[in-house]
Amino acid sequence: MLFPLRINKFVVALCTAAIFVSGYANPVDSVQAKYEHAVENAAMSTATAGGTVNKEESKGIREKIREHIDHHLLDTHDFIFFSDEETGKHYGFSLPVIIWDEGLHMFSSSKFEHGHAVVESNGKYYKLYHEKIYRTDAEGNLDMHHGHPTNVRPLDLSITKNVLMMLVVAAIMFWLFTSLAKSYVKNGGISKGAGRFFEPIVLYVRDEIAIPNIGEKHYKKYMSYLLTIFFFVWFLNIFGLTPLGVNVTGNITITFGLAILTFLITNFTANKNYWGHIFWMPGVPLPMKIILAPIELLGVFIKPFALMIRLYANIFAGHIVLMSLVGLIFIFKSWLGSSLSFMLSFAISMIEVLVALLQAYIFTMLSALYFGSAVEEHHHEEAHH
Amino acid sequence: MNIPRIVGAGLVVIGAGIGIGKIGGSAMDAIARQPEASGKIQTAMLIAAALIEGIGFAALFAVAEQ
Repeated sequence: MLFPLRINKFVVALCTAAIFVSGYANPVDSVQAKYEHAVENAAMSTATAGGTVNKEESKGIREKIREHIDHHLLDTHDFIFFSDEETGKHYGFSLPVIIWDEGLHMFSSSKFEHGHAVVESNGKYYKLYHEKIYRTDAEGNLDMHHGHPTNVRPLDLSITKNVLMMLVVAAIMFWLFTSLAKSYVKNGGISKGAGRFFEPIVLYVRDEIAIPNIGEKHYKKYMSYLLTIFFFVWFLNIFGLTPLGVNVTGNITITFGLAILTFLITNFTANKNYWGHIFWMPGVPLPMKIILAPIELLGVFIKPFALMIRLYANIFAGHIVLMSLVGLIFIFKSWLGSSLSFMLSFAISMIEVLVALLQAYIFTMLSALYFGSAVEEHHHEEAHH
Repeated sequence: MNIPRIVGAGLVVIGAGIGIGKIGGSAMDAIARQPEASGKIQTAMLIAAALIEGIGFAALFAVAEQ
């Protein structure tokens, strides 16, 4: 070894961690080109323009950064890894568009040509505007109203980037855990290899999340859902931090779906004590019962709503902060400013990795808490005369 | 540049910060009293912090600009 071992490990860890930040290095092509262009302009017109050129070029970078952040956060109908601004070429693949509009229309999203072309399908014309599909006439006219088109939107069932990522994560989880289960059979009750990492986590979910909250009698019914939610949210959060540019859990529709599942499971597997505690709570004087019942009913809906908002806001805000800090690297054109921004964004990336795990844990823990309150047995009141 | 919105967002963050800070402080005191219960105390602290953060974020999204 050229260096002592401890420095080697530090270097390896640093490089691994830098992967997370490199994900946002896409604007290098476009921003670099724009910067050089602006510098050229500045050199040519220093005599005439004077001090205004700097503001213009920094505004150009800010627009580019904002555009890049939008591209990262929104759901798109094609999977673009990065695009070269000078040649206009996009590297990626397009995904199928499936629309239901008085009949099923299926075509590849490459026909939209990134929002420029109008697609004709079975006599109807569609156009893409800010990644939403609208039905238009043959020329592709969108009736704008306060900056938003008011055309009819067909029911969009396409395989978008988020749907594809969810399917990929589902496939990963399925393969991972079936091979984990099979390895137990092969090795006589002991896991080998990757199983060694996931076994303590699965046991943690069972012993620290499920059993304390749901109780010994009923926890087995809910274990599969809790494990699925935990790993699904964790893997999707981690995928959001990679250079792929996917943002699945930072999308309120997806966290809405997960929260709806918790809501349905809680209310459809609840016993009489649960509904009793909501509408006619025992051990409380009658006027209080009447006042508390609507509040408790509201609570039934607000608890999953808070689950949805918590996960969505944490991941979405984290992405915005992280990408803004990385954009700051390109706005500061000095050695000192850019390197400080880089170190700050690196530190924030580490926090985001922790937040990914923590939010998955919190979602699972709160779901288990709600399930526990749904199957709680009747406790005898203390003050019995 | 809506000033009331900005002030509102700042107040929400102050509230969430104070809440989580108080929880963290009591958690520290409790762990100092009884170090063997630190696992349970840490778990409870994280749950309470996540709930408060959830409310904080919900309020932030309510005041955010469209």
